[in-house]
Amino acid sequence: MTQITACIDGSPGAIAVCDAAAWVSAQLQTPLTLLHVLEKAGQNGTDLSGSIGLGSREYLLQQLTELDAERARLAMEHSRIMLDAARERAQNNGAVEPKISQRHGRLSDEVLPLAEDSRVLVMGRQGMDHPDPAVATLGSQLETVLRSVACPVLITTGVSFRKPTRFMLAYDGSEAVERVIETYADSSLLNGVECHLVMVNHTGAEQVAKFEAAQARLEKSGFTVVPRQCEGDVLSILNDYQFRHQIDLIVMGAYGHSRIRQFFVGSHTRNMVSHSKVPLLLLR
Amino acid sequence: MLNTIKREWFSNIRGDLLAGTVVALALFPEAIAFSIIAGVDPKVGLYASFCIAVIIAFVGGRPGMISAATGAMSLLMVTLVKEHGLEYLLAASLLCGVIQIGAGYLKLGDLMRFVSRSVVTGFVNALAILIFMAQLPELTNVTWHVYAMTAAGLGIIYLFPYVPKVGSWLPSPLVCILTITAVAMIWGIDVRTVADMGELPDTLPIFLWPDVPLTLETLWIILPYSLALAAVGLLESMMTSTIVDELTDTDSNKNRECKGQGVANIGSSLLGGMAGCAMIGQSIINVKSGGRGRLSTFVAGFFLLIMVVFLDEWIGQIPMAALVAVMIMVSIGTFSWESVTNLKKHPLSTNIVMLATVSVVVATHNLALGVLVGVLLASLFFANKIGRFMVVKSEENEPGERTYKVVGQVFFASSDAFNKSFDFREAVNKVTIDLTHAHFWDITSVSALDKVVIKFRREGAEVELIGLNEASATIVDRFGVHDKPEEVEKIMAGH
Repeated sequence: MTQITACIDGSPGAIAVCDAAAWVSAQLQTPLTLLHVLEKAGQNGTDLSGSIGLGSREYLLQQLTELDAERARLAMEHSRIMLDAARERAQNNGAVEPKISQRHGRLSDEVLPLAEDSRVLVMGRQGMDHPDPAVATLGSQLETVLRSVACPVLITTGVSFRKPTRFMLAYDGSEAVERVIETYADSSLLNGVECHLVMVNHTGAEQVAKFEAAQARLEKSGFTVVPRQCEGDVLSILNDYQFRHQIDLIVMGAYGHSRIRQFFVGSHTRNMVSHSKVPLLLLR
Repeated sequence: MLNTIKREWFSNIRGDLLAGTVVALALFPEAIAFSIIAGVDPKVGLYASFCIAVIIAFVGGRPGMISAATGAMSLLMVTLVKEHGLEYLLAASLLCGVIQIGAGYLKLGDLMRFVSRSVVTGFVNALAILIFMAQLPELTNVTWHVYAMTAAGLGIIYLFPYVPKVGSWLPSPLVCILTITAVAMIWGIDVRTVADMGELPDTLPIFLWPDVPLTLETLWIILPYSLALAAVGLLESMMTSTIVDELTDTDSNKNRECKGQGVANIGSSLLGGMAGCAMIGQSIINVKSGGRGRLSTFVAGFFLLIMVVFLDEWIGQIPMAALVAVMIMVSIGTFSWESVTNLKKHPLSTNIVMLATVSVVVATHNLALGVLVGVLLASLFFANKIGRFMVVKSEENEPGERTYKVVGQVFFASSDAFNKSFDFREAVNKVTIDLTHAHFWDITSVSALDKVVIKFRREGAEVELIGLNEASATIVDRFGVHDKPEEVEKIMAGH
């Protein structure tokens, strides 16, 4: 647990990731690593002649290698420039010892070893395949990453990131949310950010008691807590609350259920992440 | 999971569709040719190619690799078909599939690391030679028309790709087949055609349990064939997947591929096809044409079936000479020509391994035997080489006392040299054998040491051993764990 890892790419959302990572790094006083994973581009030029002649395997290998080599060299140079710019930006925004890292492969594979050693992983909601980061969709690798890393993940949305002043924590009395509270109550990550503790559709006396206990726990750790209980459709209430109270960070537990269940009944986390207009901090 | 499916199937749709089609066009002459080698109707090979390609697309461990009926497998079936008939071949293919699935669960795919580069080269060359030799019956005792057609076919195959534009869009083997067939039909040249070689498929394949008596006797007939088929199929599949790995710079799951080959062969045998495996030539054509995903393999099999079922009338008209031309191209493309020029550069032992593999295969028509011989030879050469990493230094400390320092690897190949390095004739009172820098790898080396000690004792010397425990730490199987470098270092360093 010695660093913050931020996943940078060439998409418009990368600036938001960089700024968010700088904020996390400054809050936690932990060194920042900016990671760019160079993914292999699709296929190379095609030759449909269907014939193989003398030494065609050796020739084909040589040809494919040269194409890949040229492409990889350019990609690496491009990535280097991009990462250097990101490092400078992060440095100016108060990040601690930002350093850069380049890997070949797929983001969802390469980020895992780094995430094991990370206090927080920062990544954008979409990557290069989605040109408009404001559109509410999930990048193809985000869910795989979220489901496989153990550290908290900060997901940025849109093209810019503002230092949060109020965060919203949706409380449902589950083990997951208790774990979220335990994790952040004693962490300096959310220091100085006002907490809006929202509970939807839980009116039983037991639930309310737990809710109040959670509020007390957060207040004991020095948070300013604004408690709120309401009823209705969870997703729309939370989105509405976020909008009306100018919440600029949503904190939640993530993926309490299996992929199979998600396939059949959908996932709360997935809906929240894809519809949110502000960054989300997820804890698995 | 969903992501993996998307990546392996649909990440390269256009390239896979095109490449799959090209491969299907190149597959069908091969499927017919390999059926003829095995001595069965062309439809057996065609059904096999369809089933294997389609099934392996789902269950294989190497996306983008093409599996179908192959020459290596056909060559093993010849005597079985001749002596017992098609039904026994189907039963043998079924059993071969079962064995391959077992091999997959036993993780025998990992054994590929014992197959050295020169054995692989030898295998590939032997395969090419066998495919070429299998074409010779079509070229003996025939009229000059056949030679002319074959030559023209080869000309088209190799020159057509140089035609601007069209050349890189139309598969030249297809152009060759179309042209030669048209010529033969228009001028009504009387040459042997595919229709003369046996039945072609006219329906979709149907489920059929091999019609053999389920007795032990049947098992004893088919088992040797099934074992050979399973071994050759896995060998060629593993080698091909290594080649595709290298070409596309991606990884594959070898053990999944073993199981997949098994499932595909079982499927093929139940639908009236023979056993097959991965194809080196076709997989290269697939990669060259831009195929990368599982979709390309699927399209190749599916398109082959559609083509064959609906065009059977026309396919029957194809002169064998056109197929021979395509097969000669395949054998030329499969042969590693680099290995011929490398003969001068590579050390003699490497060349012997390669040539031995080739000659055993060409002599026995069994690729598994060739690989076995190649692997054995390569291991012997290796053991011999490592056996030379052993010296015994001796020095006299004071009159009547001598120290022998053993440095290096002591095992079966070097234990003789180890014994000879001691001078038993010298009359000494005390002998110290310092093993601090030695490694004892097996029981042979320990008994060699015992002999030395006993011999010195008999000559009346007192023997002291230094560092024996550490030196013999390497005798135990699984001594080093390669994910724990510090453990290996501890053992390998001078203790």
